[in-house]
Amino acid sequence: MGSATIRAVDGVSLDIPAGDFLALLGASGSGKSSLLNLLAGLDSPTSGRVISGGKDLSKLSREQLAEYRRYTVGMVFQAFNLIPRMNVLENVELPLRFAEVERTKRANMAARALERVGLGARLGHRPIELSGGEQQRVALARALVNQPSILLADEPTGNLDSRTGTEIMNLIQELNSSSGMTVVLVTHEQPLAEKYAKRLVSLADGKLVSDQGNAKTVVSRGNA
Amino acid sequence: MKLYDSVELAARNLRESVLRNSLTTLGIAVGVASLVAMLSLGIGLQRLASKRLQSSGLFDTVVVTSRRDLRSDREQETSGPAPAESPDLDEAARHKIEKVPGVLEVYPELRFITELRFDDKPHLTMVSGMAFSSKDSDSLEGMQGRFFSSGDAHEAIVQKTFAAELLGKPRHGPDEIKIAEVSKPLLGKQIVMRYAERTASGTDKDSASYSVVTRELPLVIVGVTDLDPDSMRGPARARLFVPEELLEGLHAMQGYDYRDATRATSSEPIYSTLIARVKSASKAESVEEGIKKMGFNTFSILDATKSMRRFFAILDLFLGIFGSLALTVASIGIINTLVMAILERRREIGVMKAIGASDKDVRGLFFAEAGAMGILGGAFGVVLGWIIGSVINFGTNIYLHRQGFPAEHFWAVPWWLVGFALVFAFLVSLVSGLYPAARAAKLDPVEALRYE
Repeated sequence: MGSATIRAVDGVSLDIPAGDFLALLGASGSGKSSLLNLLAGLDSPTSGRVISGGKDLSKLSREQLAEYRRYTVGMVFQAFNLIPRMNVLENVELPLRFAEVERTKRANMAARALERVGLGARLGHRPIELSGGEQQRVALARALVNQPSILLADEPTGNLDSRTGTEIMNLIQELNSSSGMTVVLVTHEQPLAEKYAKRLVSLADGKLVSDQGNAKTVVSRGNA
Repeated sequence: MKLYDSVELAARNLRESVLRNSLTTLGIAVGVASLVAMLSLGIGLQRLASKRLQSSGLFDTVVVTSRRDLRSDREQETSGPAPAESPDLDEAARHKIEKVPGVLEVYPELRFITELRFDDKPHLTMVSGMAFSSKDSDSLEGMQGRFFSSGDAHEAIVQKTFAAELLGKPRHGPDEIKIAEVSKPLLGKQIVMRYAERTASGTDKDSASYSVVTRELPLVIVGVTDLDPDSMRGPARARLFVPEELLEGLHAMQGYDYRDATRATSSEPIYSTLIARVKSASKAESVEEGIKKMGFNTFSILDATKSMRRFFAILDLFLGIFGSLALTVASIGIINTLVMAILERRREIGVMKAIGASDKDVRGLFFAEAGAMGILGGAFGVVLGWIIGSVINFGTNIYLHRQGFPAEHFWAVPWWLVGFALVFAFLVSLVSGLYPAARAAKLDPVEALRYE
């Protein structure tokens, strides 16, 4: 009892080109969040490789992985994960502290990131004083402040109503299209993925089930 | 993450659980206070003892005796010349000793029993010379009247039991005599000392002789002292003191003159004992060595103080260990607080790692929290320890006062102890933070992020 090995991600081979917007779809427990954690360098594969920007993440030290998460990857979570005792600006400044950015530059950089997500006027508020959508915007600003090349979003609309969820997804899509940021979106909502992602990857029991381009987004962009 | 960022975040985190962290900090403060209190007691007592010994003049005094004096119960020097071949302790030797580096002055120990007349009544007692440099000696603490006006003034200081005798008071123990009562009727009065003057006659080495003439010398009583005649200090064994220079000039017959009668070839005296005062207690050892090389016996209190210093070092060590016990308990409090903080902030640690914090950053953050509690607790502890010490010192002095003893300052918090306590509290806190910080740094971010 309890000794059975479960393969959260099993035999998945995936190539994500820079600037792609990929949605990882699947039911709960299908392995999509585990795959996202591997891409974020939060977890290491027991076998196989995760290569990002030419670097094999499984061979990096803990310090190098922290550096990778600091400069290359931005993360957004379903539960926002803001630090409750810090105000909005301080939450966004936090990754800059880890990046050892000068104190004088930090506030400007964080304020710019917050303006980009439409929260330039709420800098001094605590997370608890914000709506769910606003909190997720702060989380997005925090993910962007170090100007990463990859945005990993784990069910970013999971705790939001549909209107706010749409606003957040529009923002993410805008980031992908305007700055060429690679986006990997984890969701169990097929319609949401179809509306925004360029590529849909489905997982089941840790295995890759399908990997296909999204005709809808190609058509809609073609029309635009 | 830069150090000031770690400290800033740590301070913010500490403010968040203000009650728990304040209690932990208070624990450290109590630990440091007990350490400071214990050590300051040890230091204070040591200082008090050293001050007493130094101001008594025992520390900076080397007693020089001739090796010819075989009566001494002190161990004879085995090195150097044999007693019969050793040099005399005469004026030439005195000048030679004066030239030893570190020597301030050299004077003979002059003491003899003689008759003193006061109000036409004879009194027999021991008279001793007192060096003018004894003016600031602690042994004269509580003296009524004043010290000699000069080194050769015709003045006398009497011991209080002798003062009582002069006034014809019934014999009492020294503790029952009130110094103020006996000094008032005596100060400014005249007392006449009768003594035997020794005059050498004839210079022939083989037919040495001297004559003894009785003389009288009127002296004015200027002071009455509390000196215990049985105290360890040599001259204090007398009950009447006159200026050393004056006594030297009188050529009063000394007990040891009989012993040297067969060798008395001139009017120059040969001393039994010379007292060499050194510039500072630290010079006593080298001065002693220098005098021994001349072929004399020496004795100083330095040997006794060596064991005293060792005693205080051991006392300080034990007091420090007892004081540190409370700090050890406090350090367990730090570990407990930080481990609790890790449990509470598990998810937060996961988030920090996800947005780029390294193990080092997380470790540094918890170290900073431990260090901040240590420094704050240390600072409060030093203040608390100082207050506790002052209160105990104050209370004890009230008790001493009621018992009729003078107030003492046996509590000392030197600056080095303040610095030591702060650094020690900081280091103990950092050591306490080692385990929690390592535990926080090793947290798996994926598991931490799952934590609700």
